[in-house]
Amino acid sequence: MIEAKRPRLELLSQAFIERIVDEALTLLERHGVMVENAEAVKLLGEAGAAVDRDGQRVRLGRKLVETSLASTPPAAALYDRSGAKSFAVGGDEVHFDPGSAAVTMLDHDTQSERKAATPDLVAFYKVVETLENFHFQSTGLIASDVPAAVSDAYRLYLGLRLSEKPFVTGTFRVEGFRPMRDMLAAVRGGEDKLRRKPLAIFDACPSPPLKWSNLTTQSLIDSARAGLPSELISMGMTGATSPVTIAGTLVQHVAENLSGLVICQLAKAGAPVIFGGSPSSFDMRKGTTPMGAIGTMMIDAAYAQIGKFLKLPTHAYMGLSDAKINDPQAGYETALGTVLGALAGVNVISGPGMLDFESCQSLEKLVIDDGICAMVYRLLAGIAQRDDPIALDTFEGFTAGMSFLSHPHTRKWYRKEHIGGGLADRDPFDAWVAAGRTSIVDKAHTDVARRLEKYAAPPLAEDVRKELVQIMAAYARSSGFPDLPLPTDL
Amino acid sequence: MTKNELFPKMSEAIVAGDRAAATALAEDAVRGDLDLLEVIEQGYVPGIQKVGDLWEQGEYFLPELISSAEAMKAAMARLDPELKRRSLSSHMGGRVVIGTVEGDIHDIGKNLVASMLQAGGFEVHDLGADVKLERFIEKAEEVGAGMICLSALLTTTMTNQRRLLGLLKDRGLRDKYKVLVGGAPASRKWAEEIGADGYAENAVAAVKLAKSLAGRT
Repeated sequence: MIEAKRPRLELLSQAFIERIVDEALTLLERHGVMVENAEAVKLLGEAGAAVDRDGQRVRLGRKLVETSLASTPPAAALYDRSGAKSFAVGGDEVHFDPGSAAVTMLDHDTQSERKAATPDLVAFYKVVETLENFHFQSTGLIASDVPAAVSDAYRLYLGLRLSEKPFVTGTFRVEGFRPMRDMLAAVRGGEDKLRRKPLAIFDACPSPPLKWSNLTTQSLIDSARAGLPSELISMGMTGATSPVTIAGTLVQHVAENLSGLVICQLAKAGAPVIFGGSPSSFDMRKGTTPMGAIGTMMIDAAYAQIGKFLKLPTHAYMGLSDAKINDPQAGYETALGTVLGALAGVNVISGPGMLDFESCQSLEKLVIDDGICAMVYRLLAGIAQRDDPIALDTFEGFTAGMSFLSHPHTRKWYRKEHIGGGLADRDPFDAWVAAGRTSIVDKAHTDVARRLEKYAAPPLAEDVRKELVQIMAAYARSSGFPDLPLPTDL
Repeated sequence: MTKNELFPKMSEAIVAGDRAAATALAEDAVRGDLDLLEVIEQGYVPGIQKVGDLWEQGEYFLPELISSAEAMKAAMARLDPELKRRSLSSHMGGRVVIGTVEGDIHDIGKNLVASMLQAGGFEVHDLGADVKLERFIEKAEEVGAGMICLSALLTTTMTNQRRLLGLLKDRGLRDKYKVLVGGAPASRKWAEEIGADGYAENAVAAVKLAKSLAGRT
């Protein structure tokens, strides 16, 4: 039997990849990066990097980068809350998660964005929990009814209460890491167990061009030491905060990510690192950062290819849209991004469900996009030879007008070869009219309600639940919010 | 070079976003002891106006706009000290205080508006990003500004535009300043709702608005 070929998108030639990586290494050697974190600068200095007199610009030699690359595992593993189910982040595996840290929610009834609050975050987690093509959750909304100082940990607190899936998350304050790690460890039953079975990825974004802020650097160090994967989110904006050419932006992207990787490895050799990003093809008219631009997706697919060349797990912000509502733009940008990202073999694809430049989540879009992700997984599975001979046998007793509908071969394979339409409309016209001319957005809205109804909280041991509440309450207290209400009837 | 030869070249340098040429021509004007206000008005300003037109026609994009604004800035940097020496000022538009409101670190749009306002003849005091609301008022009082421009890129921070107007009112300073708002989530409707004096959707429109509010149209 001939196996299915993994369909693959490769935008760069081998020679071009090598050239880009080489320039990135020269860039790190010659210009270096700004690192606004004393501990990281010290680690880098001790490892032989040249630290400027101002104590922030660090030049990294090739050897240091190469050693760090060699100690970085080619794949990271994530485990769900129960610890039973594992997900490999590496190779050609593709996992979708909704993008992180949006601030608004698209309200279906008014079709306008409103500030997200705790009930939105709860609904968001519940819906994602029911979506089979989202392997990971993301702490995807910032609840405006919670003080900003504790909102990073609060998002994770709610998520761990409501979901079984692994998380993609991140800190907003240096202080946020400890309670977040403590909650993850509480779920696992200790820091060592968390290290062996990571439950969350921590995103860390360098500030383009070539700078690591104190917050993001600390996140790299803390995550590495806790054994949690850091996802490096370089995000050059072509012609604004990075060179305008796609290849030029790739040079910067690789340099930024590699410098982050070095910091992780110096904090803890062998720490899992994901080569990710959220760059954009900067809009020269509006001054905005379109995630749905084809140029953005080309940068993503290309750096993912470079990440693979460097034998690293990869991530990208793809499968999201800059549209403000669930209109055709939302659909085509999302579909293009998920398909291209998956074909490029991006391991973690963050974005489905998102609108408006990573700032807005839509529950309806989540379920629509779940259908897109289902199509993508089917595409990735490719075309396999199922029978030998392939089809000759099915023509046995061939007659004019014969149908395959009742053929045993059809019954045997149709569910494996084809997937259902999901929410997509496949009615004949008259049936569509008779059913009320509903759009996919209306169907999605109904589906969201059905899913929220169907949702049942995955069981969480009482002592773990109590510990989560304690950790969150203590963090709120120490941050100056002793009376932060923690919703209990989730 | 005579004025008639110089002025079109100045305009061209601005339209081309050629910083070196714009500065060299300013140097020529200073050495040739020309009327510098006339140099600005008839040499450089037509250039920046042409740039605004090209933007509005969809011919020019941000890179051209910024390069031209910077060429203008470079020329002015050469001319301003000379004007000062002669007790003159090129800032016929008055003084503007501009910044991105607190909690918001986005400054690309704000920088562009600041550059274009400067190119448009305003004396611009740019406070940067994540600026405490108090600071806008302090600075405006300090430099005797007539206009305060507030940028916000996030829906979460645009409410600070409303708060600033409240602060001005509380201190009985509201009528002293024209307050302009901008940024992705802002709109004309938002400006009206919070009682601001105006909203502009891009840098070119912002300069037009500022000029009209300053009575310079």
